[in-house]
Amino acid sequence: MLDTAWIWRNLPKIWDLLVQHAVLSYVPVVVGLLIALPVGIACVRWRWCYPIALAASSAFFAIPSLALFVLLLPYTGLTAATAIIPLTLYTASLLLRNIVDGIRSTDDSVRQAAAAMGYRPMRRLVSIELPIATPLILGGLRVAAVANISMVSVASVIGVASLGDLFIDGTQRFFATPIIVGIVLTAVLALITDLVLVSVQRVLTPWGQTRRSK
Amino acid sequence: MTKPAVRAHSAETPASVTFQSVTKRYPDGTIGVDGIDLVCEAGKITVFVGPSGCGKTTTLRMINRMISPSSGTILIGDRDSATFDEAQLRRGIGYVIQNAGLFPHRTVIDNIATVPVLLGVNRREARAAAMELLERVGLDASLAKKYPYQLSGGQQQRVGVARALAADPPVLLMDEPFSAIDPVVRAELQDELLRLQREIGKTVIFVTHDMDEAIRLADRIVVFQRGGTIAQSDTPERLLIEPASPFVRDFTGDSGIKWLSLMSTEQIASSSSRLVSERDSLTPSDEWRLSVDDAGVAQYWIAPGQVEHTLATPCRRTFVVGLDPMRAALDSSLMSPAGLAVATDESQRVLGLVDFAQFDAAIHRYRSTAHA
Repeated sequence: MLDTAWIWRNLPKIWDLLVQHAVLSYVPVVVGLLIALPVGIACVRWRWCYPIALAASSAFFAIPSLALFVLLLPYTGLTAATAIIPLTLYTASLLLRNIVDGIRSTDDSVRQAAAAMGYRPMRRLVSIELPIATPLILGGLRVAAVANISMVSVASVIGVASLGDLFIDGTQRFFATPIIVGIVLTAVLALITDLVLVSVQRVLTPWGQTRRSK
Repeated sequence: MTKPAVRAHSAETPASVTFQSVTKRYPDGTIGVDGIDLVCEAGKITVFVGPSGCGKTTTLRMINRMISPSSGTILIGDRDSATFDEAQLRRGIGYVIQNAGLFPHRTVIDNIATVPVLLGVNRREARAAAMELLERVGLDASLAKKYPYQLSGGQQQRVGVARALAADPPVLLMDEPFSAIDPVVRAELQDELLRLQREIGKTVIFVTHDMDEAIRLADRIVVFQRGGTIAQSDTPERLLIEPASPFVRDFTGDSGIKWLSLMSTEQIASSSSRLVSERDSLTPSDEWRLSVDDAGVAQYWIAPGQVEHTLATPCRRTFVVGLDPMRAALDSSLMSPAGLAVATDESQRVLGLVDFAQFDAAIHRYRSTAHA
């Protein structure tokens, strides 16, 4: 069923697709985080922002990715941007809730203590509230990264290269090997990404591993 | 190092805190604190007590402007607190809260170093100073690298105290710091605070709803009552003996018994005539006696008529002369089958036995000086 000869022949091409797939998945995670952070902070600072931002992000999340790709085509053409922009917005939508909940998860006694020690609001946010929000934000990042890795394949439909190309190739030629390779590589990429993020979490939050609630 | 702003204006000595007709009125019209005038003396422990919702915590939190007064003036030393930059003011005032409020993402040592780092001290120096403080509040140096969740409640609270003291502030605010801690550890922390205060002599303002805690710690007790006014502000002794109103009297509860914890045992007379060494053979006697070991530590009560060292009734309660209050001495007396209190020195060596009649005389002396 698995044509190993085909795999060997196409190894360089498969590797290229894998790298492209990873880039298309990771860039939106990074950019999405950079967008969601200030929006989340603003939502905590000015409470009235949050319902609006939340409604917008939920509505946005409901739009199928393929539809968005097609909508963007006239503007960004067959470039990576066509895939990256929607995925970035999905990531940002997904992270918004985690960031806001994360910042709010700081215990009131801790927030009070910080104010009483003489932290000004901005410094308190950066040195106390954001670090305490890290586990929740990283949790969101893990979901977003894995979701992106699975969604990116769709970009192949509009001609942006990714492991999705293997699915299209396999389907068109009624040939199972590329499809199996694509599935396995997608899964492996997702698994490795998640493991890396978990290790990052371990390193960044040594205080949170067995956090007891009082 | 940038000095805390408060200290820069009040020299190196602890600063007094003065309230001048301070009122806190909330937007909905309720009054938290109603026109209080009060001086919290420099270098002393002032304890705010009262039922909940009577404005004691609000009053405390107005000092570092966590809550801003609606009217009136609060002076730190001789400077109006409203003229300080808010963050600078707070860095110059230590603050300890219930449950410690430690930063969960920072190690113990970095928690303690918080305010010095905010003031611009470099991290290494701040950590070195924090290590000293860690030991000063009775914690082992090995806890330095631990995170708050790895500590017990009592240890967390000690770290909270160390953190509040790290920048050597002239004023220390403590908002019910020990109320969530079990009674045994709470008593330890209270002793520790008194010991520390003897070393550092801060202006401490302490909020509690526990009258026993107030009596134990306070140089001055301020009793708050409903409506956010002060019912009485006095030394613990005056407060117990001469309550200003029925409210204060009821709030202080069994004042006479509590007064016993303020009476010193320094003057109390004890007699060593009824002590016997546990090695000596016994001659018949019609009195209770107490056997002591070679180090002079109390062992067993010997009943009248008893002529052999049996291990029948161990001596369970003793008191340290001059250190423990009258309450402990009376406790020792009540717990002894002979009705005699056992007076010891600090190393547990028995000095003598105290007859119940001695208490009468000692308490009488106190009463006459207090009412004079």
